[in-house]
Amino acid sequence: MNTVLALDLAYWQETSIKVLVVAILVPTTALILGIVFLFKVMSWMQSRLGPQEAGPRGLLQLLADGVKFLQKEDLVPDRADRIVFKMAPMIVLISTVLLYVIIPAGPDLIVEDLPTGIFFALAVSSLSVIGILMAGWASANKYSLMGGLRAAGQLIAYELPMVLAVVGVVIQAGTLSMQGIVLAQANGEIFGFSGFGNPFILTQFVGFFIFLAAVQAELTQAPFDMPVAESEIVGGYQVEYSGFRFLFFFLGEFATAFAFAAITSVLFLGGWYVPFVDPTSDLQNYLGPIVLFGKIMFVSFLIFWFRFTYPRFREDQLQTFAWKFLIPLSLVNILATAVLKVVF
Amino acid sequence: MEETPTDDLREEVLAAFAAELGDGLLESYIRPGNDLWIRVTRDAWPELASVAQRKLGFTFFDFLSAIDWLPSPFARDMDSQEDLAVHGRDEKAPTPMTQGYAGGDTRLQVFARLLSMSRQMGITCKVDVPDDDPSVPTWSSTFAGANWHERETCEMYGIDFPGHPNLIKLYLPGAFEGHPLRKDFPLLARRVKPWPGIVDVEPMPGNDDAEADA
Amino acid sequence: MTVTDSQKLAYVAAQAADARVNLEFETDDGMTLNMGPQHPATHGTLRIIAKLDGEQVVSCEPLPGYMHRGYEKLCEVRTYPQVTALVNRIDWLGSFANEVPFILAAEELMGIEAPPRAQHIRTILFELSRVANISLFLGDLGIQLGGLTIGFYAFRDREHVLNQIEAVTGGRFHPNFDRIGGLKDDLPKGWIAETHTAMQKLRDFCNQAEDLLIGNEIFQARTRGVGIIPPEVALSYGLSGPNLRGSGVEWDLRKHACPKGLAYDKVDWKVWTHPDGDSFSRCWIRLQETREATKIVDQLLDTIPAGPVMAKVPRIIKVPEGEAYVETENPLGAMGYYVVSKGDLVPFRVKIRSASFNNVSIVPWVTRGVLVPDVISILASLYFILGDIDR
Repeated sequence: MNTVLALDLAYWQETSIKVLVVAILVPTTALILGIVFLFKVMSWMQSRLGPQEAGPRGLLQLLADGVKFLQKEDLVPDRADRIVFKMAPMIVLISTVLLYVIIPAGPDLIVEDLPTGIFFALAVSSLSVIGILMAGWASANKYSLMGGLRAAGQLIAYELPMVLAVVGVVIQAGTLSMQGIVLAQANGEIFGFSGFGNPFILTQFVGFFIFLAAVQAELTQAPFDMPVAESEIVGGYQVEYSGFRFLFFFLGEFATAFAFAAITSVLFLGGWYVPFVDPTSDLQNYLGPIVLFGKIMFVSFLIFWFRFTYPRFREDQLQTFAWKFLIPLSLVNILATAVLKVVF
Repeated sequence: MEETPTDDLREEVLAAFAAELGDGLLESYIRPGNDLWIRVTRDAWPELASVAQRKLGFTFFDFLSAIDWLPSPFARDMDSQEDLAVHGRDEKAPTPMTQGYAGGDTRLQVFARLLSMSRQMGITCKVDVPDDDPSVPTWSSTFAGANWHERETCEMYGIDFPGHPNLIKLYLPGAFEGHPLRKDFPLLARRVKPWPGIVDVEPMPGNDDAEADA
Repeated sequence: MTVTDSQKLAYVAAQAADARVNLEFETDDGMTLNMGPQHPATHGTLRIIAKLDGEQVVSCEPLPGYMHRGYEKLCEVRTYPQVTALVNRIDWLGSFANEVPFILAAEELMGIEAPPRAQHIRTILFELSRVANISLFLGDLGIQLGGLTIGFYAFRDREHVLNQIEAVTGGRFHPNFDRIGGLKDDLPKGWIAETHTAMQKLRDFCNQAEDLLIGNEIFQARTRGVGIIPPEVALSYGLSGPNLRGSGVEWDLRKHACPKGLAYDKVDWKVWTHPDGDSFSRCWIRLQETREATKIVDQLLDTIPAGPVMAKVPRIIKVPEGEAYVETENPLGAMGYYVVSKGDLVPFRVKIRSASFNNVSIVPWVTRGVLVPDVISILASLYFILGDIDR
């Protein structure tokens, strides 16, 4: 029984509504993140105005860009492997869309509350690596190949710290399900005071830092943007893509950023939970999405702030950072969490 | 009282070079307080480099290039119809070919400049390039920077540098014929599109005497 | 002499770009990567052919010449004042600095000395062009290594210097202000106070660049220990400017061999060197030199002597027969003009010694065995301008 709409719907009706919502949500969130951060916040930080023409104060610029991409000629390089070339952006986008399945926006607003929610998310996010490798190989271009190989190495290396950082949260929450993690934070206590719940960022601050770094690398944002190093190999694996195929990559990147920011908010900041409101009440279904959106904007700001500020790592320095620093740190984090969980 | 100023530092350096090179040093010229020019034989050219670098402290390689002393048959290349109508043709008797400081006997000369940080002075070295065998031994084994300079001199003047590791064109595309900086090679831009002259130039406001093309 | 058809053809072919981009030779040595003439990492149309073994460079060769304009040949058909206008465009970011050595060489041959006020203002504009050029370098360094923000700050703050140059000379990029015997005009009213303010803003920008870029750990990880050039190699290649001082050689033409006609001996300033010889030291020195240049400008602004700005020079300039070479410490390095005159309106031969030509000739030597991203940071730290390499 769907409590939000107070209707009794058949399973197929419910599912089709959910599919529709996700289909609308994915490009919209990419659009919002793109406009707010890529255009407005970036311009403000770089002491310039940014786009001003399209729409009121330039807010419809991305929409205009999207339309522009859609009406371009569909180019496939002559020596490219046509089928693989065309499939690569699809795979990246599929992995992004699947991430939206387990993001909770309210006690009942989730596409499917899988009991292994976060595990599903991590597994599905790794699919994009295959898409990127396919793009790099099939483009028949040396720059793309180099970009694709760099991307594969980087993304695989940073999967591990991401998973290990999440393990700490899971130990503390006691469940893999996303709603379960939110409720664990909602019902938790800080030294006996239960008003604000217990957002895991307070105890898992090490995990938060590792997870953010790993997310930055998964999104190939600076300082980890070697695969797409604009001033060196000019776009890396994306360089031969134009028109709507490039749009898929672009959407994939920003929608994934939104999804990962959402997952970060759920895991560390308390998700849709608002303090002083009963977590199981119906009011949460209306407040939850707004609260979650606010937390997502905060995390996205952090992600993009690092992107605009730091120069990029060299490939081997990037790998050293992952293997020799982040992974041992996350293992220590897990150890400490497990010990403290048992003791307290 | 007119006294020609003397330049002890440069005289001393010249004497040192003369001692090292002996007969290889042909002529020299000093502008007091300013600069020192020497001219050596072609055989002494590589020895000059190693002596300067290793024994006399001239370790900084400034540049290497060539001069073509033939007076240009095209004068200033201002042969548009308008210019000829206004100024008349440049009827000058062809000037004789003369060389500059430190003399010279040939049309082409290779010249290079080295600096000595310890003495805070430089020296300009010249060598004659005979017309029938335009080649000068390379300096790139002593001064690594001479590599590119010799490539440029070779393509611009047609002078060969035996011993150079990779004497291919530097600036010009592969199919280019001719040696552009020689005086008998015309400025192609003025040939492909004739110089329009000063037809459309009006005098500046307040400037009543229309100046000549300066 | 008539021009043969094949020569005309060759000239036209030279005008069209050499469009052999993306040559792919699959040799046993590995992959050949062509960072073609159009590329965001190079300051202009420099083509670099790199043979790679995986991500390591086996050999890396720059091919200049895409912007060769034939300056030396052009100078042989231009009168001396016309050459000044031409020569601005060699190093177009610090353009006033290109005129100075040529004018000094012509003045040397004519035996004319510019009045003290003109020499002073010439030095001020020279240093302003240095500040403008190197502050762009700091921004561009960030852009090449991925930190885009500092690039925008550099463009924004450089406007203050360009405004000052424009107020005096009328041109932001190509001033064309130096004349044989002095300068074209005097300073406008209020310029000195405004320039003091502009220099303070540039000092603030340098501090910001230090925080944001030079002091950044990632930047240091990318540039320390990368592209080490020992001093003997630097000298034999003829590196100059911050590239040479980054290898520990204390040689600055403004202090050690200043040509007469510039007012550096009246200023109290310091030559910056760094012993390491890697990319970081070259970048660091440029930052310090920009600050030092702003301080030099401040000192010079307070001590400008009164007087005329132009000496008595004949209307039609004919330079007596002779040869002269003047070299100055330009923003990019040591730039010099060897002027051969035969007593004509027009120089007989002008050899332009440009700093970037020697600076870039070391690239094949210094990039042996480094990784591809290091090539970018080495090129960024060597800092060349294409007009300077190709003339």
